[in-house]
Amino acid sequence: MPTLANYLIASGLLFATGLGVVMLRRSIIVIFMGLELMLNAANLSLVSFSRYGLISGHQNYNAQILVFFIISVAAAEVAVGLAIIVSLYRARQTTHVEDLDTLKF
Amino acid sequence: MNLSTIAWITLFAPLVAAAIILFVTRTSKPLAAGLAILSALITTTCGWTLFVKSAEGVYHGFNWVDFGHSLAIPFDLALDPLSRTMLVVVTTIAPLVFIYSIGYMKEEVGYWRFFAGLALFLFSMLGIVLANNLVMMFIFWELVGVSSYILIGHYYHKDSAADAAKQAFLVNRIGDFGFMLGILLFWVATGGPEGGTFTFAGINHPAPIFVQNPALLAVAVVLIFCGTVGKSAQFPLHVWLPNSMEGPTPVSSLLHAATMVAAGVYLLARIFPILSSSPEASEIVAWTGAITALGAGILATQQDDIKGILAYSTISQLGYMVTGAGLAVSAALPMFHLFTHAFFKCLLFLTAGSVIIGMHHEQNIWKMGGLKGKMPITFLTYCCGMLALSGCPFFSGHYSKDLIMACSWEHHRGIFWVVVIAAGLTPFYMMRQAMVVFFGKARSEHSEHAHESPLVMTIPLILLAIPAVIAGYPFFEHTFFHEIGSLEEPTGIPTFVPQVFLGVFLAGLALAFLLYRNVEKDPIRIPFLENRFYIDDLYFWIVRVIQGGFAKICSFVDRWFIDGVLVRGSATLVWTVGFALRFLQLGNIQAYALFFGVGVVGLIYLLLHVR
Repeated sequence: MPTLANYLIASGLLFATGLGVVMLRRSIIVIFMGLELMLNAANLSLVSFSRYGLISGHQNYNAQILVFFIISVAAAEVAVGLAIIVSLYRARQTTHVEDLDTLKF
Repeated sequence: MNLSTIAWITLFAPLVAAAIILFVTRTSKPLAAGLAILSALITTTCGWTLFVKSAEGVYHGFNWVDFGHSLAIPFDLALDPLSRTMLVVVTTIAPLVFIYSIGYMKEEVGYWRFFAGLALFLFSMLGIVLANNLVMMFIFWELVGVSSYILIGHYYHKDSAADAAKQAFLVNRIGDFGFMLGILLFWVATGGPEGGTFTFAGINHPAPIFVQNPALLAVAVVLIFCGTVGKSAQFPLHVWLPNSMEGPTPVSSLLHAATMVAAGVYLLARIFPILSSSPEASEIVAWTGAITALGAGILATQQDDIKGILAYSTISQLGYMVTGAGLAVSAALPMFHLFTHAFFKCLLFLTAGSVIIGMHHEQNIWKMGGLKGKMPITFLTYCCGMLALSGCPFFSGHYSKDLIMACSWEHHRGIFWVVVIAAGLTPFYMMRQAMVVFFGKARSEHSEHAHESPLVMTIPLILLAIPAVIAGYPFFEHTFFHEIGSLEEPTGIPTFVPQVFLGVFLAGLALAFLLYRNVEKDPIRIPFLENRFYIDDLYFWIVRVIQGGFAKICSFVDRWFIDGVLVRGSATLVWTVGFALRFLQLGNIQAYALFFGVGVVGLIYLLLHVR
């Protein structure tokens, strides 16, 4: 039987992987995938807290409901984000973040 | 018509006339003069009616300021013996000057403007006379200042006239500032918001705080006296009066001889009970008057302008009145001299105006000469005025001035000798003027072809010459002054004192006669006196160096500290910080993500670990 700590370690590893991808990779689509990974790491920890953090013998379903919200918001965000990336590609013919430095001073 | 209505008509008739002249009948010369004179005659009729019926009491108009119990300033007219007498003086002289102005101003520009100004001035002066409280008096006091500004600056296209008008206004403001502080001090002392009062009846009862602190009372009275110093041209604020002779001569006559400058003396008579209850303040008032009387008398001996001499003699006579108030004998004492002086000084200015018109606007007495044959009426009326001013026995000035000097013998020997010397100077400078202007040979072409003025000018002269001679007689003294206060000759005066008065009068007269008989130019030249003790120069220096220096410092602080450091400094600071922060705009999305992450971690740290 895995303990809460195992789940949280898995969640932390997922989050670190996502953060590393966001920080280090150059392709904007991969960065986007890293963001999704971080969101799901947060979901995993929420679900595990829900499973192990009992309130008078019952699971705390609040966290699970929050997870559903995050999934739906993330879905909407993916739709918007991909649309932005597509129109960005149409305008600039690139998806590499080094090439997108118009705001640089 | 009841007396209250008459009093209100007296006050507002000139204002209505001024408004009509200004807004309706601008272009018409006869209508302008006619309306002004009509309003003046209305005030004369009403003024004399009020006097004859001995109107007494306070006529309530409306509440100008009304905050219930804590602060109420009513607009009321007060009629008592004092204001009735003053009313008669003002309303009797005003129409004569107005009529005279028809002749004097015939050829001048701004005819309607001049008459509107005269009417406005008369309104303001009547307001001072009839005011029942200090605030109302202050308002009219300022109105007199404004209308005198308009009238002195009548020839505003001339720089000297514009400057004189400005100077008169500004110098008066200095005195008025003290006056205003005095009003507020009296209000606070009588209770402030809890029943404080501005009325003369209220302030003339010493408030409890004044009884406990005589020094505070002296300060309050002296502050009110500052108003008099400005308006009545006492030393050291006398500089505006000689310069204000730039105005047309009827203005000099009305404003600076009989009414406006008399307002200061009238104010002293108004607050006389409280003034006389403070010995320290009385002392200051008396000495100010005495010094002014002497200083102005000395200066008058070296003036070359026919109106300049009269201007300084006015200041000198005002000094007598102020001394009379400061002697704390009776409110009637300064008022009696004001009464006689109003007539003979008005007369003297009008004769001077007549001479100036006859001389085609030449005012230097050394260009005149031998006018007595060419201008007989002017000459004879001038003699009446001159003898009255000099204190010749049986002329009006003799009675009032000698009374003040006799009272000063009892009060203070120092003041007595100062005013006696000044009394000796009066016949000297008047005789000098008479000798140079009317006797001897003609000194210029204008004086050879001088001619008598028209009837419209000489009739007021004759009408004024009568009171100039008789206004001091016991009948008038009794009629106009017995209700104000006693004018008894002080007892215990040594017999030589009246002889001293006669002696200095004759000495001054004889000295001037001997010195100025058949002279071509002034045998005495004292630059120190010709330059008016350099007081004017001193004031110009003060304005230029001290006030100008202060202005420069202010300008420096404004330019370099306010503008440089505060305004531009703050802008520069914001710009610099913004410039530094610009370098954080890396244009790299991952750097932004890093900043964001660091920021979140920082915030979490702050929330958890910093209390």
